[in-house]
Amino acid sequence: MTDATLISASAPARPARRDIGLKRRYAAERRFRLYGIAAIAVGLFFLVALLFSVFSNGYTAFWQTEVNLAIKLDPKIIDPDNARATNPNVLLTANYPLLARNALAEKLGVSMSDKVALRELGKLFSDGVRGQLRELVISNPALIGTTQNLWVLTGADIDSAFKGQIDLSVDQARRKVSDVQVGWMNRLKEEGVMAQRFNTGLFTFGASSRPETSGLGVALIGSLYMMLIVLFLSLPIGVAASIYLEEYAKKNRLTDIIEVNINNLAAVPSIVFGLLGLAVFINFFHLPRSASLVGGLVLTLMTLPTIIIATRAALRAVPPSIRAAALGIGASRTQMVFHHVLPLAAPGILTGTIIGLAHALGETAPLLLIGMVAFVANTPVTPLDPATALPVQIYMWANEAERAFVERTSGAIIVLLLFLAVMNITAIILRRRFERRW
Amino acid sequence: MSTLLVFIIVIAIGAAAYFIGRQRAASRGDGGVKAHSLPHYHGWWAFLLSTLPALLFIVIWTAGSSVYLERKAISELPVHNESSVIASQGLELGMISGIARGLDRLTEVERQNLPQTFAELRPLLSGKGVALATEGQDFMIPIALEWNKNAKAAVNMGAFITIALALGGAIFGLSGITARRRARNNVERIILGALLAASTIAILTTIGIVLSMLFQTVTFFQSVSPTSFLFGTVWDPRFAAAGSGGSQGQFGLIPLLAGTLYIAFVAMLFAVPVGLFAAIYMAEYASRGVRSVVKPLLEVLAGIPTIVYGFFALVTVGPFLRDLSAALSGGYAFIQAQSVLTAGIVMGVMLVPFVSSLSDDIITAVPRSLRDGSLGLGSTQSETIRRVVLPAALPGIVGALLLTASRAIGETMIVVLAAGVAANLNINPFDAMTTITVKIVNQLTGDLEFNSPQTLVAFALGLTLFFITLAMNIFALYIVRKYREQYE
Repeated sequence: MTDATLISASAPARPARRDIGLKRRYAAERRFRLYGIAAIAVGLFFLVALLFSVFSNGYTAFWQTEVNLAIKLDPKIIDPDNARATNPNVLLTANYPLLARNALAEKLGVSMSDKVALRELGKLFSDGVRGQLRELVISNPALIGTTQNLWVLTGADIDSAFKGQIDLSVDQARRKVSDVQVGWMNRLKEEGVMAQRFNTGLFTFGASSRPETSGLGVALIGSLYMMLIVLFLSLPIGVAASIYLEEYAKKNRLTDIIEVNINNLAAVPSIVFGLLGLAVFINFFHLPRSASLVGGLVLTLMTLPTIIIATRAALRAVPPSIRAAALGIGASRTQMVFHHVLPLAAPGILTGTIIGLAHALGETAPLLLIGMVAFVANTPVTPLDPATALPVQIYMWANEAERAFVERTSGAIIVLLLFLAVMNITAIILRRRFERRW
Repeated sequence: MSTLLVFIIVIAIGAAAYFIGRQRAASRGDGGVKAHSLPHYHGWWAFLLSTLPALLFIVIWTAGSSVYLERKAISELPVHNESSVIASQGLELGMISGIARGLDRLTEVERQNLPQTFAELRPLLSGKGVALATEGQDFMIPIALEWNKNAKAAVNMGAFITIALALGGAIFGLSGITARRRARNNVERIILGALLAASTIAILTTIGIVLSMLFQTVTFFQSVSPTSFLFGTVWDPRFAAAGSGGSQGQFGLIPLLAGTLYIAFVAMLFAVPVGLFAAIYMAEYASRGVRSVVKPLLEVLAGIPTIVYGFFALVTVGPFLRDLSAALSGGYAFIQAQSVLTAGIVMGVMLVPFVSSLSDDIITAVPRSLRDGSLGLGSTQSETIRRVVLPAALPGIVGALLLTASRAIGETMIVVLAAGVAANLNINPFDAMTTITVKIVNQLTGDLEFNSPQTLVAFALGLTLFFITLAMNIFALYIVRKYREQYE
């Protein structure tokens, strides 16, 4: 009893709880947390905004408006003097767009004497029809005189109008397609002759000043060559360098210098590698400008540090017991490395290599300096031919003013991002699948 | 005989040596002595003996013979008369070697009655697919003929010696196969040499970078004084028109450096708070589930190529800021589409994942005991972070920020597309400014002449950039390394 009275008596005497500002401190805690969430939200917002901007601008690039025409390959227009047997240039220089225009005029019932309408009509389809028909006729001259049903690309402005990207409510003087053209377009659309078809040209055409006939063909081949060169040079060299540094090198001055060097090279701005390539490969060794070989070499030097750093991490993750066991049963140092350590480190090396390659694929700046910003219309055959690369093509298109090029650029970015996504996902899957924790 | 064919023959000899050597070593049954090396090492040693010297020789021979041919041709060139159409010796040499290459494609009959004047020779060669410039001279033809003859002789002799070397190496390698031969050690020594050579490529790259840029920069400083480059406030290089040596531009580094640092500063102003708070939240607050989703998503930002950011700035952010400023001020767009702000914000977005993932690693490396101590004394989590974790992580974070800043300074594609090309020197972030990297790209795209200051200035700029970023990186790596040692 006495205890209880004691407690109850002393309770009110206890000093009032000291104000340690708990409320304020909890509020500060909540604010702090909120800053963190806000920061993440800002980061994610920009990610979404970027992807949305690219995809909303670019997904239409994978379809291109084409018109189906019954083109009569009139010998009177192709070869008015009937000289094609003796002069091969006749078929090269013939006025093929005229054939397409006449076919279109016939289809729409435009009189052959109405010059103004015919001129408007000529802008309906792309001048790319010239190359298309030329190729057709030259590969098979017997077709001259017959009538061929062909899908022909429309002009870039018509394509934009067809996709609804041009505001047709403005006065026709202030937009690129006239009312007459829109009328024809709608008629052809209703007849089902004009339609959007999958844009194979985006992947096959080379450089062109017209948006509808420019594509990524040259850039894809150039990038492919460069990736192959990077893979075949930087993987063996990188792995060899890491093996030396990790397994053989004694801790001395030279090793230290190499280490610091590699870490610094990984952080050197990529444009500096472009300067190196220009001065050494092009100016000193006289390798051709704009060639994917030079691009590949420059990107190899740029990727090497990444691969070396990843490989060394992978080698270091192999436990020393494996090495001790191999040496213990009589393997030489080289046998221990190549027969035991390297196979175990292979998944890590592969992952690092893929990430390095993905990095090299998206790199633009050094390639600008070695002249890969060239107008290359012909598909490169060897790595010594002039070529461009995927990101450089994006850069070149981004500098074009026309609306249709914005669409193409975004389409090209989607292609590039898809490649990168595939590579990175492969790397992640490899890591998940084969990663070993010792 | 082409070099490729010689190469294939050498490899074939080497392969044969490998198989024979392995076979011999395996079937040798001399008196029960235990062999030192496994049979395939004997094979590999024979392979290396036959191929390595031969390939080394052909590389040296090819390089040496081309130098020899050029020297010989130069000595035969007539003394320059002023009326000569072609000014430089290099061009003449190029033409002669072009003709010499073209002569290879002629048939025997055509070569017998070769035209004596260039005007007749040119259509003949262009018919064979060798395009020659029109400025060729008649005196070039005999020199080219001589060149052609010598080149053929050199190639044939080189091929002969190479193959002889390969055969000799193979015979030498195969003849010495005994139980005592330490073939494995020999092979391993060569492998070790190759590994060492591979690891020096990193050093060679650095030396190459420094030397190549230094060399061009010195040439540049012969026409422009270093002080007017380093302290000049006007950037006006003029055009590098061929032949017009008189037009002298002004190459002031200051406006470019100011633009570079300003844009990097704006970018860091955006990236540091966002990245740091994101890292803190992910390291200290986020649950495993949230972390495993958000962290890779933020890292996607790091994987997007910079050209994509540049395009994003060009078509989305720039016009948006311009329209926003027009709407705010009622018509007048005080933010230009290409401006420091546009480039800075977009570059900041690019840098966020660098800041956040580097800081995340550093924050998680702070030992648990420090946190537990602070929490046990009654501080809230944010107080623990601000007063204990962050001060402990500070050196590492500073290092990470330095690395990020050096990336911002060296970034090219975003600024090329979003910052503008006008070399202004102002402090208004809504105006266009330009950077070192933009000017390097501008000066080096298009046709270039390698000896004009307009081209060479790019290397001086590159060297400046290289040293700025190098200094930042070395300092940052030093800090990071030093800090890491504290807790390990």
